Amino acid sequence: MSDKDPSLRRNAPKLALHVPEPPFRPGDAPDFSSLKIPAAGSAPRPDIAAPAAETHPLTTQLVRVLGDDSKAVGAWDPKLDPETLRKMLRDMITVRIFDDRMYRAQRQGKTSFYMKCTGEEAIAIAAQTALDREDMHFPTYRQQGLLVARGYPLTEMMNQIYSNRGDKLRGRQLPIMYSDKKFGFFSISGNLGTQFPQAVGWAMGAAIKGDSRIAMGWIGDGATAEGDFHSALTFAAVYNVPVVLAVVNNQWAISSFSGIAGAERATFAQRAVGYGIAGLRVDGNDALAVYAATKWASERARSNQGPTLIEFFTYRAEGHSTSDDPSGYRPTNEAKSWPLGDPIERLKAHLIAIGEWDDERHAAANAEADATVRAAQKESEKLGILPEQGKNGVETMFDDVYAEVPWHIAEQREQALSEGRD
Amino acid sequence: MNMIQALNDAHKVVMRADEDVVVFGEDAGYFGGVFRVTEGLQKEFGKQRAFDAPISEGGIVATAVGMAAYGIKPLIEIQFADYIYPGYDQIVSEVAKMRYRTAGEWAMPMVIRTPYGGGIFGGQTHSQSPESLFTHIAGLKVVVPSTPYDAKGLLIAAVEDPDPVIFFEPKRIYNGPFDGHHDRPVKPWSKHPASEVPEGYYTVPLGKASIVREGDAVTVLAYGTMVHVALAAVEEQGLDAEVIDLRTLVPLDIKTIEKSVEKTGRCLIAQEAPRTSGFAAELSALVQERCFYHLEAPVERVTGWDTPYPHAYEWAYFPGPKRLKRALEKVMAD
Ligand SMILES: Cc1ncc(C[n+]2csc(CCOP(=O)(O)OP(=O)(O)O)c2C)c(N)n1
Repeated sequence: MSDKDPSLRRNAPKLALHVPEPPFRPGDAPDFSSLKIPAAGSAPRPDIAAPAAETHPLTTQLVRVLGDDSKAVGAWDPKLDPETLRKMLRDMITVRIFDDRMYRAQRQGKTSFYMKCTGEEAIAIAAQTALDREDMHFPTYRQQGLLVARGYPLTEMMNQIYSNRGDKLRGRQLPIMYSDKKFGFFSISGNLGTQFPQAVGWAMGAAIKGDSRIAMGWIGDGATAEGDFHSALTFAAVYNVPVVLAVVNNQWAISSFSGIAGAERATFAQRAVGYGIAGLRVDGNDALAVYAATKWASERARSNQGPTLIEFFTYRAEGHSTSDDPSGYRPTNEAKSWPLGDPIERLKAHLIAIGEWDDERHAAANAEADATVRAAQKESEKLGILPEQGKNGVETMFDDVYAEVPWHIAEQREQALSEGRD
Repeated sequence: MNMIQALNDAHKVVMRADEDVVVFGEDAGYFGGVFRVTEGLQKEFGKQRAFDAPISEGGIVATAVGMAAYGIKPLIEIQFADYIYPGYDQIVSEVAKMRYRTAGEWAMPMVIRTPYGGGIFGGQTHSQSPESLFTHIAGLKVVVPSTPYDAKGLLIAAVEDPDPVIFFEPKRIYNGPFDGHHDRPVKPWSKHPASEVPEGYYTVPLGKASIVREGDAVTVLAYGTMVHVALAAVEEQGLDAEVIDLRTLVPLDIKTIEKSVEKTGRCLIAQEAPRTSGFAAELSALVQERCFYHLEAPVERVTGWDTPYPHAYEWAYFPGPKRLKRALEKVMAD
């Protein structure tokens, strides 16, 4: 008698798996009307010293500040001065233009790979604006905005993208896997999820040393399924670590929608509840809400009130990377139907609504960012592009494996150099 | 001192010398670890520098990465080498590669200590010798001491090293050297010359092997527990063998190995780990490449079998002196 014999339990119901499916596939008309979007200003704002449980109702709603009339409302309004708002807008514009140019550079064969953050610009820019310059980020590949907001030289970013002579990482990393210690931007790993517990570890170090700087860790919705996500939350909760942990829920992990990471059952912010830490779910296309939530969480961390898990609810408007064709798994106009709009357009409308911006200034800002990015690109390309760089400096390939080159690697370097490039 | 005490002493030496050294691991704080290697550290150095960790090896290694990035020197314990696998991704993808991928901007000076090996009836999940999984990874240093003196000196050197070190502790010889005969009472370390452990600070440099017995007939390469098995086998055989304790697998002291094999013309390699793709295979290839014209017989390997560690058949699995003696006969035959 086989275990597989169905006659054995004829009257019992047949078991089946549930494999989540996104609401729309190519050819469908996207319709997000069933998405529950609370009104701007409706979410309460607990005190930063409130017990974590007081935030738990906020893990199922959405913290939103910018209303349909583009005005800022409610307890979460960070009441930013116009200068800060304009700086955020300019940075977001720069990121989008930077992405476009680098995407094109990849298509022109100047580098191997690129990833845009289109539609998610508010998240990195506003989060960094809310943090101190000295705080430490453990980012993913979609947080290039952190560097831009910190005034990182665009040429330096491009050098890393082109792996050229100016690349401080000496051609060892994929484009967009930036690293810069002085700018508080930790080396990006190709392995998803790892930044989360590493951010917790850095913040533990800061706490052990009685420092006043905090860390912010970043992860995508898909990568929350990695074990690292859960070990990060465990450690953060156990030691009450001064860390802000951000899940960027852009609905898609390459071709898998967020339901494949468990989003049908609970929001990503709700994961905080089981660990007893503070949790917030935030409209990620609302720069003011992103700012306010990050500020709240960072002050909480800074005053030893503990960690916060923030879910930034957003939408990845473009492909996952230059290697991805999203029309194969979702409707092509889905991004345009996203009910939370475009973060740049929303912040622009807000500035106009409060009389601090207009279309001319917006056009000028676009032109200026475009010129800055072009100039940086020209500068960087003088130092080479990827296809050329592979021919230079092969001997450096053997450095930095260890502090000193051990005999076996020195022998291999000799061999590589004597063999030439065949 | 036994090896546990020597390691405990090494912790105290480095923690007193450098207040950035932080120790954590499962049960490593209050209780001092299941093998008591970290005993007393929390009492002396406080809870910020010696603490218990959740049962999350991935979390332990990953937070150590973050701490090292901050500027702290983690000296962490993985309770058994068998449980290093949940932390393996962090070690391989993050710890090992950080210096390289950031072109030296971020190094990962840390020590990951873990008791390894069989001979304590630990079954398949408390007996493994996974060192070759780490010697294969560029960026890691791999250390395996065989005496209390070396254990202390190597651990201090490992903590001072600018690179990440995986430090395998042979738990079978934590309390006393192993003569390879499970049916004989264990001799305590106090009756062994290598148990003399000086007070205070000293190092045994990484990358230097030790010739624990000089001889002309055959070179025996061993590390960790197997050093003691090799010594027993050689004595019982009455052979004039040279026994080399490698102490560090990466970086390897190739010169000492070459010199010895050139002298003896024969080589036997002993490892406790399974045979296929083990570190003995690497050693065998190196000796063959570098000493071929001096060799009078094929290089011989004695290893554990290519099976998971069987609880009840522990002594049939463990490469004891009997197996070594047979291999010595073979390598001496031609
Ligand atoms: C450990 C690991 N597994 C798989 C991959 C391949 N991979 C790269 S990005 C990606 C999707 C990530 O999705 P998400 O976490 O939602 O982040 P997003 O790209 O949407 O920002 C996958 C599967 C990887 N880089 N690392």
